[in-house]
Amino acid sequence: MKKNILILLSFLSLSLAAQTDSSLFKRTPADTNKLKMNMDAVYNRPFLTMGKFPVAVGGYVEANSSYFGTDGITEGLSFQIPRLTLFISSSIKKRIKFLSEIEFEEGGKEIGIEFASMDIELHPLLNLRGGVIMNPIGAFNQNHDGPKWEFISRPFSATTIIPSTWSNVGFGAFGKYARNNFVWAYEAYLTNGFDDKIISNTESRTWLPASKENPERFEESFNGVPLVTMKTALRHRKVGEIGVSWMGGVYNKFEDDGIVLDKQRRIDLYAVDFNTTLPGINTYINGEWVVATVDVPETYSQAFGKKLQGGFMDIVQPILKRKILGWENSTLNLAFRTEYVDYNVGNFKETGDAIADHIFAIVPGVSFRPSAQTVLRFNYRYHWQTDLLGNPAARTAGIQFGFSTYF
Amino acid sequence: MLKIKEMKKRYIACSLLVLFLAGIGACKKLLPPAPADEEILDGPVEGLTSEQKIRFLEGDRAFNDEVFTAETGLGPYFVANSCGSCHAGDGKGHPFTTLTRFGQADTNGNTYMNSGGPQLQNRAIPGFAPETVPAGASFSKFTPPANTGLGFLELLTDAQIIANADPNDLNGDGISGVANYVSPPAYFIPKAFHTPVNGKYIGRFGKKAAAIDLWHQTVNAYVQDMGVTSEYATDEPYINGVQSPYGDPAPDPEVASSRVQNVIFYLRTLKAPVQRNKNNADVIAGKQTFVTIGCEKCHKAEWTTGKSDIEALSYKTFYPYTDLLLHDMGAGLNDGYTEGKALTSEWKTPPLWGLGLSKNSQGGKYYLMHDGRATSIEQAIQLHGGEAQNSNNAFQALSQNEKDNLIKFLESL
Repeated sequence: MKKNILILLSFLSLSLAAQTDSSLFKRTPADTNKLKMNMDAVYNRPFLTMGKFPVAVGGYVEANSSYFGTDGITEGLSFQIPRLTLFISSSIKKRIKFLSEIEFEEGGKEIGIEFASMDIELHPLLNLRGGVIMNPIGAFNQNHDGPKWEFISRPFSATTIIPSTWSNVGFGAFGKYARNNFVWAYEAYLTNGFDDKIISNTESRTWLPASKENPERFEESFNGVPLVTMKTALRHRKVGEIGVSWMGGVYNKFEDDGIVLDKQRRIDLYAVDFNTTLPGINTYINGEWVVATVDVPETYSQAFGKKLQGGFMDIVQPILKRKILGWENSTLNLAFRTEYVDYNVGNFKETGDAIADHIFAIVPGVSFRPSAQTVLRFNYRYHWQTDLLGNPAARTAGIQFGFSTYF
Repeated sequence: MLKIKEMKKRYIACSLLVLFLAGIGACKKLLPPAPADEEILDGPVEGLTSEQKIRFLEGDRAFNDEVFTAETGLGPYFVANSCGSCHAGDGKGHPFTTLTRFGQADTNGNTYMNSGGPQLQNRAIPGFAPETVPAGASFSKFTPPANTGLGFLELLTDAQIIANADPNDLNGDGISGVANYVSPPAYFIPKAFHTPVNGKYIGRFGKKAAAIDLWHQTVNAYVQDMGVTSEYATDEPYINGVQSPYGDPAPDPEVASSRVQNVIFYLRTLKAPVQRNKNNADVIAGKQTFVTIGCEKCHKAEWTTGKSDIEALSYKTFYPYTDLLLHDMGAGLNDGYTEGKALTSEWKTPPLWGLGLSKNSQGGKYYLMHDGRATSIEQAIQLHGGEAQNSNNAFQALSQNEKDNLIKFLESL
């Protein structure tokens, strides 16, 4: 796998380097049409096309430095390259297209196919999609490209309850209907899903990202029951977009070799997301809230929550939009994120008291965009993490500085 | 005009650079400060060598960060999935991780050893049904104690402990105090300060003083609390009369001896809790009352260690407020269950150091006494019966101010 990707990368870099005539390259910017929705995020990226070559390439990179400390103990200053992502898209035939997204995380420590699907448009209201798809739960999972965000860290709720980027092999359909200022869209997919690692992991809590450690999920379902993901969203050109989504399935191996081992245990996630830009002052507001319910065996540890919930809200206020340092139409933004995640909503059987295990965070920041595709970000993050028992919160704070850019 | 623009650019660039550098310079100022040493229980004793510090950190990680799963050895029957889950911040535990022991109603030993005794594993990995207390078995619940300062207590010689025993109450103060002699496990290596009596040794740890040293205590905790086997305890616990035929998917032993030893080292070298507000007038007055009403007869304040293989623990005076002896605590605290040679109404005097910080590891509330039944210090005092009844009565007779000062003193520990 790694070898194939390296060959592909070498080919791409050689092809690009061989082109000395820049007129052969054409940069297709992201479509800023106000009827584009979150579900369009995978295709709504800047691509580089070469003449009449039917393949377009693109990608983005993120790099940052961080200095964090928890209750007076710091690991010092460190530098990260959390991800380098490459996109390749191709129009195979009219109304048939393919796009893949390959991500190299933490300098190549992990390489994963986040998206690789073929879309066939039968009608604007009925498109078929198959391959490795991003399950449309919430908005962030599909719309997660670093350069689109003013914050270096991804939201807790979108990475640890919804384990973004959460993609699986499967099939489904999507469609859109537009009328006047409104666009309505839907997506529905059947994919492989979670496994029992979500309640058997070293985080000692119900931890959905643990299922991502299982590479087998791209080859076979853990238990033969598909994960169903459905989303519907409505956008008004002048108001904004709201989406409602559900993802549910069975996570445990309830049967093996024909022998029933356990009952089918479900996991269900319900999410609502919204975004809007306030007219006049251009304040951009974006948020998401997710609730997950998990059928954890009664006789297992209460450290593993049966209900999780959390969300975030980002407010981005452009304060300067003009030529800065020679860059036309560059923007300076003030940004603020507040987020909360509760990994265990419930009460202790022994005392009746609420189980804690939650995090609350605030992240003020400044971002500078010399162009729409590139962002330089400076964030200050402060969060309070309370353990399962509700003991005094551990306080973590830190400064992050970095950039993210499409290329 | 061009020059002005160029200067403006430089000005912005310089400002950004200054801001960036100021940000880096201010990093430390923007981070949450460390709590004062006396406000936390975690941390090593002073004076460890570099090698010992590395070993302490290894043990710290194994104790606080290592979470067992079915794949790495958890269960199949268990109480908790990590050491740290029972001892948050190395402090006292919460009713959530309170464990149950059963099967021994007198000093003749546990008659339920082949029926899952002595400890109930009340949780199980998916697919397994957890254990239940067998019908007719006596039982008691034990709230996890704090871990701090244990290395000092471990070093107390048998002679030091016995010196405070008065089994027949010869001094007539109503307080006896006996040591619990327990049979050592096969891996036990006696030290120079251990004196066997009929092949048994004085227990220092546990609610009934049933564990001789931290090695004994730690191995038991791995296998009985987490269902994690080691070279020292190779079998999964018996459940409901039978040993689990195939256990969990992890090969035995499920934890390396080196890791067990690192955890033991960590427990030995955790610092002793530091008293707070020591010089406060109320605290000083409360301490005097503590002595006057006889609490100090069992909750013995001062001890000094002898020679240790860890130099930082050698010849150190410390203040745990325990005598490590068993005392009859009366009918109210008699659960009908016991361990070793202790009577069912006898309990080892728990150390009081760190008491005031208990709430920080117990979810903001007190869960005191052996099973957490007392939710305040005052309530805990009121539950003292038997040998401690006189002190309890004396406490009830104190003025409100004297009571408040006594509580302030106990909270300062």
